[in-house]
Amino acid sequence: MSSTAKDINKVSRRRAFSKADRTTLGAFVGIPLFFHLLLVWIPAVLTILLSFTYWSGISVSRIKWAGLANYQNIFFDTPAFWEGLKNNVIWLGWFALIATPLGILLAYQIDRQIRGHKFYETAYYLPVVLSLAVTGIIWNFLLRPDGFVNGLFGRDIDNAISFFGNYDINIYVILTIASWRHIGYIMLLYLAGLKSVDSALREAASLDGATEWQTFKKVVFPSMKPVNIIVIVITIIESLRAFDIVYIIYGSSAGFPILGTLVFQNIAGEGASMKGAAYAVILFVLSIGPIIAYLRATFKSDVQ
Amino acid sequence: MSIDLELQRSATKYKNKQKVKDRFISGFIGIFAIVWIFPIAWTIWTSLRPYKDVRANGVFSIPETLNLDNYAQAISRMDLPLYFWNTALITVPAVFLTLFFGSLIAFVVSRYSFKWNVTLLLLFTAGNLLPAQLVFIPVFKMYITLGKALGFPKLLYDSPWGVVLIHVAFQMGFATFVLSSYMKTVPKEISESAMVDGASVFTHYTKVMLPLLRPALASLGVLMTTWIYNDFFWALVLMSSDSKRPITSALGRLQGEFVTDYNLLAAGATIAALPTLIVFFLLRKQFVSGLTLGSTKG
Repeated sequence: MSSTAKDINKVSRRRAFSKADRTTLGAFVGIPLFFHLLLVWIPAVLTILLSFTYWSGISVSRIKWAGLANYQNIFFDTPAFWEGLKNNVIWLGWFALIATPLGILLAYQIDRQIRGHKFYETAYYLPVVLSLAVTGIIWNFLLRPDGFVNGLFGRDIDNAISFFGNYDINIYVILTIASWRHIGYIMLLYLAGLKSVDSALREAASLDGATEWQTFKKVVFPSMKPVNIIVIVITIIESLRAFDIVYIIYGSSAGFPILGTLVFQNIAGEGASMKGAAYAVILFVLSIGPIIAYLRATFKSDVQ
Repeated sequence: MSIDLELQRSATKYKNKQKVKDRFISGFIGIFAIVWIFPIAWTIWTSLRPYKDVRANGVFSIPETLNLDNYAQAISRMDLPLYFWNTALITVPAVFLTLFFGSLIAFVVSRYSFKWNVTLLLLFTAGNLLPAQLVFIPVFKMYITLGKALGFPKLLYDSPWGVVLIHVAFQMGFATFVLSSYMKTVPKEISESAMVDGASVFTHYTKVMLPLLRPALASLGVLMTTWIYNDFFWALVLMSSDSKRPITSALGRLQGEFVTDYNLLAAGATIAALPTLIVFFLLRKQFVSGLTLGSTKG
């Protein structure tokens, strides 16, 4: 169809709407769009602008231009930022190299219907539905000084291992807890994807003498592209935005800095400053890559 | 002939080897599965034991009694009914509004060809992925300013409605995306025949599309309920009165207040997790398909 023919077609289609229909369509799109723009996009843009200002958050007339001062302060005068960033990077590394692959492996094995697969699926999926607040409390029972794990090691309160307080190990303790949930989540997503893979493909591969690993790598994995993208995006975004689990264990104290809690300390409560806005923008910039990759992959067919 | 036999033999050999391997794998995954549910089992076990008994004999002691006293105590001392009511005040309207708004946009985008359809869909999907922290400061200011301007300081800030609106604004992006990909699988002919019959846009939506969307709305509704129920951040930052907070956010404070009485806290946490556990056992199919509706785009 030539472009003019297309235009004519569109025009005639649009004319076909009655006045009432046009109002309905306008309201159908307009009302949700209004709320979405007002509470998501406009605030996002404002935060980016505010990150270049000084403002205590009281009256609008007191906003002063700060240029890059907030960012300079974060990058050069706030060691906690680098510590937090380091923790986020370790978090991402752990999720990407350990937790996510384990979730995929689990899904693959469970999908092969090994013995007990129904029970396994339930067991690994259970933590996914729990809120992170409940998760934090549950793990605290196990890891507190007079808790189960210390008891298991035969340590009493006085010489108990401080799982959350010891800086050498606490990140791995937190990551274990986070993985407890993440692995099940990835397994669930992957399992749903695997169900859509044609089992004849796999049988053919194994008849051709492919090992299990080869079958997975060459046949199963490539045919799961949409799920793979989602899994990658979830892994990155969850690692960068981790907040709840750390907050429930440490409160807003600086006990365990990660970007999510650093933003929180600076935007909520008494000490609100636009440094918090700058932190939020940094968090956003870091997660923009996966967001764009995800959108491109999902909307590729629509845009063409 | 002999080649066939050879092949068959090697195939059975392969199968036997696989069987041994499978048993090994199954055992390995099984041990971890038990490790996986242990924390939950331990919490429930703790919640059934009286505090005094644990205090006197230690966590590893064999209990003298097991009862539900901690649950009764938790419900009354932790004000759990109040927090559940607060949760319902937020979750129910938020889920309905999200599904409603999401279905409206998805309906227009997938059934009428306007040139900004893709842009619109992109805007909503991308908006859903923005970090909550990025929008917090202006939303907070907006709520307070609007409340003051209208003479009701607690219209949105420190009110369930403020939390409802922010959830709706964010989650509607996901709902739009999921529902529009679901609608693409519904044959266009159904809509075309409705339009030919002269149905208005409104009738087309309420009488034709909504009934067809029911399974997708159910799945998405279950998923959204779990997400909004489990939300911690928004109710924490947009509410200042603890007595208005939903159960998930209230747990943070309760944990501090009852920090020494672990058994009571265990009962409280178990009760707080109960709704999501019920979803898990009864509506699991919907939960999973809600998650994957968006990922397996037709």
